[in-house]
Amino acid sequence: MLIKKIVGFFTSLKLTVVLLAFAIVLVFVGTIAQADEGLYGAQVHYFKQWLVLGAHFFGHKIPLILPGGYLLGVLLLVNLISAHIYRFQLTSNKIGIQLAHAGVIVLLVGQLSTDLLSRELQMRFTEGETRSYSDSASEYELIFANGNEVTAISEKILKPGAELKIPSLPFTIRVKEHWHNSDMNFRAPMLQNAPPLTPNGVAVNFDFRKIEDVKAMDSRNVPTALLEFITPAGSLGTWIASAWTTDPALIEAVRNGYAQMGAAMAQGIVTKLIAPQSTTVGGNKFTFLIRPARVRHPFSLTLLKATHTVYPGTDIPKDFRSRVRIDNAQTGEHREVEISMNHPLRYGGYTYYQYQMDAGQVAQQAGRTPSSVLSVVRNPSWLTPYIGCGMVGIGLIIQFLYHLVGFVSKRKTK
Amino acid sequence: MKKILQAWTPPILMLVMALWFFGKLQAPKDKTFAYGDFGRLPVTFNGRVKPMDSVARNSLLEIREKQTLNTEPWKGLFKPWNKWKPWWKPWMAFNHIKILPASEWLANVMMNSPVADQWPCFRMDNPDLISLLKLPDKGEKSDGKHYSWNQIQPMFDTLGKENARVQKIESANRTAYENAISKLEQNITLYARLRNTVQPAEVPDWPAQLAEFERLIPAGIAAVQAQQAGKEFDKTNFNLFVGYISTFQFMASLEPPLILPPSGSRPEWRRMADVLLESPRGAGIDNFVRTYANLAGALAVNEPEKFNATLADLRSQLEQSQPKAIGKSRAEVYFNQMEPFYNAMIIYILAGLLAVFSWFNLSETLRRSSVWLVWLAFAIHTSGLIYRMVLEGRPPVTNLYSSAIFIGWGAVLLGLILENFHKNGIGLVVASGIGFITLIIAHHLALEGDTMEMMRAVLDTNFWLATHVVAVTVGYASTFVAGFLALIYIVRGFFTKTLDAATGKSLARMIYGIVCFATLFSFVGTVLGGIWADQSWGRFWGWDPKENGALIIVLWNALILHLRWGGLIRERGLVNCAIFGNVVTAWSWFGVNMLGIGLHSYGFTEAAFFWLVLFVVSQLAFIALGLLPTKLWKSFKSRTA
Repeated sequence: MLIKKIVGFFTSLKLTVVLLAFAIVLVFVGTIAQADEGLYGAQVHYFKQWLVLGAHFFGHKIPLILPGGYLLGVLLLVNLISAHIYRFQLTSNKIGIQLAHAGVIVLLVGQLSTDLLSRELQMRFTEGETRSYSDSASEYELIFANGNEVTAISEKILKPGAELKIPSLPFTIRVKEHWHNSDMNFRAPMLQNAPPLTPNGVAVNFDFRKIEDVKAMDSRNVPTALLEFITPAGSLGTWIASAWTTDPALIEAVRNGYAQMGAAMAQGIVTKLIAPQSTTVGGNKFTFLIRPARVRHPFSLTLLKATHTVYPGTDIPKDFRSRVRIDNAQTGEHREVEISMNHPLRYGGYTYYQYQMDAGQVAQQAGRTPSSVLSVVRNPSWLTPYIGCGMVGIGLIIQFLYHLVGFVSKRKTK
Repeated sequence: MKKILQAWTPPILMLVMALWFFGKLQAPKDKTFAYGDFGRLPVTFNGRVKPMDSVARNSLLEIREKQTLNTEPWKGLFKPWNKWKPWWKPWMAFNHIKILPASEWLANVMMNSPVADQWPCFRMDNPDLISLLKLPDKGEKSDGKHYSWNQIQPMFDTLGKENARVQKIESANRTAYENAISKLEQNITLYARLRNTVQPAEVPDWPAQLAEFERLIPAGIAAVQAQQAGKEFDKTNFNLFVGYISTFQFMASLEPPLILPPSGSRPEWRRMADVLLESPRGAGIDNFVRTYANLAGALAVNEPEKFNATLADLRSQLEQSQPKAIGKSRAEVYFNQMEPFYNAMIIYILAGLLAVFSWFNLSETLRRSSVWLVWLAFAIHTSGLIYRMVLEGRPPVTNLYSSAIFIGWGAVLLGLILENFHKNGIGLVVASGIGFITLIIAHHLALEGDTMEMMRAVLDTNFWLATHVVAVTVGYASTFVAGFLALIYIVRGFFTKTLDAATGKSLARMIYGIVCFATLFSFVGTVLGGIWADQSWGRFWGWDPKENGALIIVLWNALILHLRWGGLIRERGLVNCAIFGNVVTAWSWFGVNMLGIGLHSYGFTEAAFFWLVLFVVSQLAFIALGLLPTKLWKSFKSRTA
């Protein structure tokens, strides 16, 4: 009896209707909220979420409880699959509907697995440079280099107050502070009103402070950590490790920001910012820094040429194009390929998309070497939308034609 | 006799309207200066080769919101009654106001600015802006809305200062006054560009000046070189030469249209100012520069024969070196002249009225007349659509403007198909109603500037524009058709007795069928959009507002179908749901663009926001009517009685 009730609940059309209605409300609320929370914030708050508590509506906070995207997706999936099994019949008047719903199942499963399995990376290089790795678009790692020996620690485990003992390092790392997103200021010699965070390294010349996490989709957080290295013999001092000192785009922005003080002055500030920091234990020198987490590829890409064309007499972009060479020692491949908007390169399980570019007249006038940023995506379920869309489309067309033929022949017999 | 009349009225009516349309295809004859031919000259502006006529029309649309110029807007069409003296000559009541075609205006702005600068071509509606610039109110020589360059010029500093302040404010937070400031500054810049396209503005005798500059080049270079080397130099030549160069540099800094065609070793279109600046470096002054100068000279001294002869010379030079550009711009001028969407819109109004009347006296002649007219308008609409596609070399929908035109086209086609099946005038009202509304929306969207602008790098793919965009747009069109059918149901059912049980049932069947169709297209279109996104930046779904808007349409249509299948709604429930489909679609089409976030945004337009809110409120009002009990409905009352 109870089982029958449960089956009845999960296979019911009423459940479908309620879920669809909630989905509409959720998508609407989540879209409006993007004006306040940003695209990324809204995704996490509403869509990649089980339960939504409270919402932003044109600058106002409203109390609201809604099922989140995950919950709705899973319930819809259960509803669809159970109804499919329970009511499946292979008759000609139902086949289109069955196929369309099976397509929706494929789409939902595909999106769920994309959410869990896909990884977004970036590859940034200037003309002539070669890369055999990609940088994570959102994750960072703390690196210790002792000669050729490199230790990488994920930024995620840098919790304030944590004491990390890493086997390959002869000291313990005490995390004093860790900020997901941070700002940086040059400590101008005449205007120092507070002591530096620590008297070592980059902190002598620069102040770092915590700021709110970024909201926009295409901007990223800049993490900074205040770390103390401790050996059994005593402390090796407290240091700042920050992505501000390693990210080429940020360094370029710092240089431009101080350009009005003169090119030499700006260069001096940048040199101080990117000066390597290290600590020495027992004759071993450990250089450390925070940089985007790296994923290594068994092949390398070399940027041969980056072209950015505009329509004549305007600055409307017409085309972005990167010509790269693939060198793969395993397969013996050495070939050139072009990556442009709408024409990605699919290679080695990853897809390389043209993402950003600094080339053409702008770069030429500023005297910069043309550079290109590729967005590198690994998504094992990338084919599911193609299959799902095909199934739903064909299913609906079959159903539609079935009705249309019925309608027309009925009129004829009238 | 009556039968013959009934049979022949519809085709004759269509023929009359067709003749009216073909009559408008004739370009007006030029009496003195060949401005029409000037309009057919090719030029590169906003990234594409187009005729001067298009530059002129689009610029006038931007700064005056019309494609023509009234040089004396303070004169009304009618004279005041007391001045209407000879009563036996009633036509004297009409003022002979002077309306200039866009090309004539542009030719004078470019080459005869002392005259053009007096024409009141800047339209301003904001009273605060008008008083800031100390412009005259409505009166003897002013209509209080249109002002000339010469009238505004003394206040450029004030305007510039205000604009500098306004530019620091985010566009979504600006007041109406601040928007007006920013818009006027843009219009002034555009006008200044056009003024400096052919010659430096305000130079009295350009051909003579150009000749002098050419003569001066060797001496001028020598003087500048001597001055730089610290030697003695000819001060007169130096000052003259440097004066010219700085004038040309100012021209170039405005980034005017590129009027000089590719020639010799230079494969691209060039600006007059750039060519003049390069000429001292050995490039010399080519024939096109001189011909344009002669053209300007002839216009400035008011010599039509010389102007027309020079223009013919220029055209024959261009025909030799740029046959393709000449052909393309001639075709585009013809398209501009044809105004297919505007003319189709007028015929849709007529046809819609006839169809509505046919419901009341149940006249088959009226209905058939309407069928013929809708087909005529649809033929004009279609030819315009195809003409545009050929001109652009693109699928039908490339921007918001063309989406309005295509939604209208799709809806009219669906309406005609419905009418073909049901023959009850309903399909006609849907066709002409949506046809008219979408074309008037397009008409207003065209005020934003060139409607055939170039596609940015991401959008530069005919495959996805032809599949994803077309499918989504057909989805919009069909959802609107379902919603419009539902509106007819409510209006006829609530306010009239014409909705009998059979009509109600057939309307509901139509709505259901169209919702199925809409589900198919909006779903396929939305998923194809995801696949495009996956192809171009590796993200199938990014929860971007435009994507979400499309998703809501899919979900809403799916919801209606499931409600219907589950028996949770019947005839009137379906009708109300279909009306809400209008709201959902309008939100996706325009609403999400106003959020100002995401990759698909087009920018915020105040007027559009007002109309969107009005539309949503009106649809909700209809739904409220639809929810009222049937005893209040005229049709249901008469059914039971």
